[in-house]
Amino acid sequence: MINFDLTVIWAFIIAFAVFAYVVMDGFDLGIGILFPFFAVGEERDQAMNSIAPVWDGNETWLVLGGGGLFAAFPLAYGIILPATYPLMIAMLLGLVFRGVAFEFRWRDPGHRALWDVAFTLGSVVAAMAQGMILGAILQGVTVAENVEAGGWAYAGRWLDWLTPFSLLTGLGVVAGYALLGATWLNWKVEGTAQAHAVQLARILGLITLLAMAAVSAATPFLDYAYWHRWFEMPGILLTVPVPLLVMAAGFTFFKSLNAGGERLPFALALGLFLLGFAGLGISIFPYIVPDQITIWDAAAPEQSQIFMLVGTVFIMPVIIAYTIWAYWVFRGKVGTHGYH
Amino acid sequence: MFDHLDPVILARIQFAFTVSFHFIFPSFSIGLASYLAVLEGLWLKTGKSVYLDLFKYWLKIFAVVFAMGVVSGIVMSYQFGTNWSVFSVKTGPILGPLMAYEVLTAFFLEAGFLGVMLFGMSKVGRKLHFAATCMVALGTFISATWILSVNSWMQTPTGFAINANGQFVPAGSWLTIIFNPSFPYRLLHTVIASYLTTSLVVGAVGAWHLLKDRTNPYARKMFSMAMWMAALVAPVQIFAGDLHGLNTLEHQPAKVMAMEGHYQSHPEGAPLILFGIPNSAEQRVDYAIEIPKASSLILKHDLNAPMAGLDTIPDDREPPVGIVFWSFRVMVGLGFAMLGLGLFSLLARSRRALYDWPLLHRLAIVMGPTGFVAVIAGWITTEVGRQPYTVYGQMLTGQSHSPLAAPAVAASLIAFVVVYFAVFGAGTWYLIKLMSQTPHAHEDEPPQTPIRSAGITPAPALDGALAPAE
Repeated sequence: MINFDLTVIWAFIIAFAVFAYVVMDGFDLGIGILFPFFAVGEERDQAMNSIAPVWDGNETWLVLGGGGLFAAFPLAYGIILPATYPLMIAMLLGLVFRGVAFEFRWRDPGHRALWDVAFTLGSVVAAMAQGMILGAILQGVTVAENVEAGGWAYAGRWLDWLTPFSLLTGLGVVAGYALLGATWLNWKVEGTAQAHAVQLARILGLITLLAMAAVSAATPFLDYAYWHRWFEMPGILLTVPVPLLVMAAGFTFFKSLNAGGERLPFALALGLFLLGFAGLGISIFPYIVPDQITIWDAAAPEQSQIFMLVGTVFIMPVIIAYTIWAYWVFRGKVGTHGYH
Repeated sequence: MFDHLDPVILARIQFAFTVSFHFIFPSFSIGLASYLAVLEGLWLKTGKSVYLDLFKYWLKIFAVVFAMGVVSGIVMSYQFGTNWSVFSVKTGPILGPLMAYEVLTAFFLEAGFLGVMLFGMSKVGRKLHFAATCMVALGTFISATWILSVNSWMQTPTGFAINANGQFVPAGSWLTIIFNPSFPYRLLHTVIASYLTTSLVVGAVGAWHLLKDRTNPYARKMFSMAMWMAALVAPVQIFAGDLHGLNTLEHQPAKVMAMEGHYQSHPEGAPLILFGIPNSAEQRVDYAIEIPKASSLILKHDLNAPMAGLDTIPDDREPPVGIVFWSFRVMVGLGFAMLGLGLFSLLARSRRALYDWPLLHRLAIVMGPTGFVAVIAGWITTEVGRQPYTVYGQMLTGQSHSPLAAPAVAASLIAFVVVYFAVFGAGTWYLIKLMSQTPHAHEDEPPQTPIRSAGITPAPALDGALAPAE
């Protein structure tokens, strides 16, 4: 039974990595999504500088999520990636544009407007693709037994992921990331940029809550009956608090924003993501490809899990420590002065 | 419209394209990170501002190179799954943990300290900043270690068993897997290549500015450092390459046969084919210029040692000879050219003419990009030479791919080609622009430095050159 425990531990580690990515690169991508709403010059420079020292570390969690899935659940990695192939490629290319824009906009003032557009488009495409990947997994992927492929393989077509539901989850994630970005900027920038961020955060808070409601309302229409899990014992014990907490968080969010809060709105936006993530966990666990492949079906053998766990237990706290230190070095408002 | 194309060929082209483009950046940033650590360390030790200015000069270049390496690298970590899902499912239990360790021990280290390295000079003390630079440099090296272990396991797999699902699973010690037979040689050869590549770029930039002004102290310093590196490391690299070749002969003889162009066995000593045109249809090398028995001498240290040829390998298990034959010669030829440059610089140094010999400077400029060419040629040799396997001797490339749809692979391949040439083309142009700027006193830091943080006092004890540029 040790394998049982290890597999669950690994599911939680991967979920942690994915969540860390979603919130940390979420506000980076959100700033990219919102870039056009900020004035050229001081506002945009502040927004960009508030994440320039940390975006690379934030993005690394995506590599851990992907690499960790490959390592701990190779079968799931080998099914989900082919099933969402065009979305994965779109996400990667979006991240290329977004990532280089950080450097290139400073290197080429003559084309800064162009790299700003690349920053926004890259961020929107990456966020949309990530949201659609989530939708594609939730709505289920076609798998078939395939001995030569290592047990199971993706057996659908290459555009199966494209549905109204995945478009909805895509837009929801774009809105949610934008909310994270706006609340982050409210915390980290000053002056007119901060005022803009607050305005945007109000609208985006509303849109994000609506999107969460819409995605929840749409799930009963999916093939896989998630709502059975939600409304039957024992799932209902976990399901009922989630929407209540979402409502409470939403209410406090607007109240704090109106009261001029700077940190609390960002923390509550993170809270909304955590609740949404918990909701997803309740819906999916213990499947990793809903209704088809469980975490135990997809798990790597025990030796692989143990070998990685030893390292993770020692290294992860160190990573978290120096990540906190890096954020601490660049704490406080970014500032508006001193640009060349 | 792409339905008639072979998706496996497209997927292979896509992987070759994206990985080749990607590796250009780390082959520079591994060396450059170490160079930056050396420069900052020398500044701290000697207090000479020339080192600090050179550090800042190359730091701006490093920032651009590193960003391109990161974004092109993330593509690789997902491409295993999109295009090579069967390979991923089957090798995941062995290669997955090694890559997870790369992320945990290297990528986070690099990324976590990069922000401080680039933007934190005015925020943390000198020693802490130097520590951050060293962490980034260490991260690049650790990253190379893990990923080369992965690649080497694909070349010389050890320590595995195959389970009921056909997956490779660890059998015995992880050390056997990590330290598989070709790993130490590949690591040595690749890391040295990266140092050599960096020294050639730094040397070319120094030479360019020496041609414009041979008294520029920054150009002189970087040129001198780079030429020492080239002169010392080029011969070491040739020696390491020879060791790597002997290791390959032991574990992947078919690859060496293709490199050497040995279609036929030579029971009484094999010739070293310098040049020629491999003709796989006729199983011979046309117009060959060869040195009799020299191949046996190099590979077996015996003029008359018998050498098996590709005639001993089943046709469907042979690597493509033409590509491997040529890429190997490009790599070796450039390696000796680098040695030549290093020796030339030693001659110039002995005549006290290192900064006053325009021919040397012009040659150094011409040699500037050759490190990249040699590195890519070397990788083509080893990767194409591994064919037709993904896991050598165990798993065929033709059995490793995802359930691929030709339109999806073709469209994404086109997208990668267009985006990479546009984005990395622009990036390369910015690099050249940065390198063409004359290094001078009081170099700027990277421009987007977040200058002021409310509520904290900027770290004291920094000298004038380090003060925030407010």
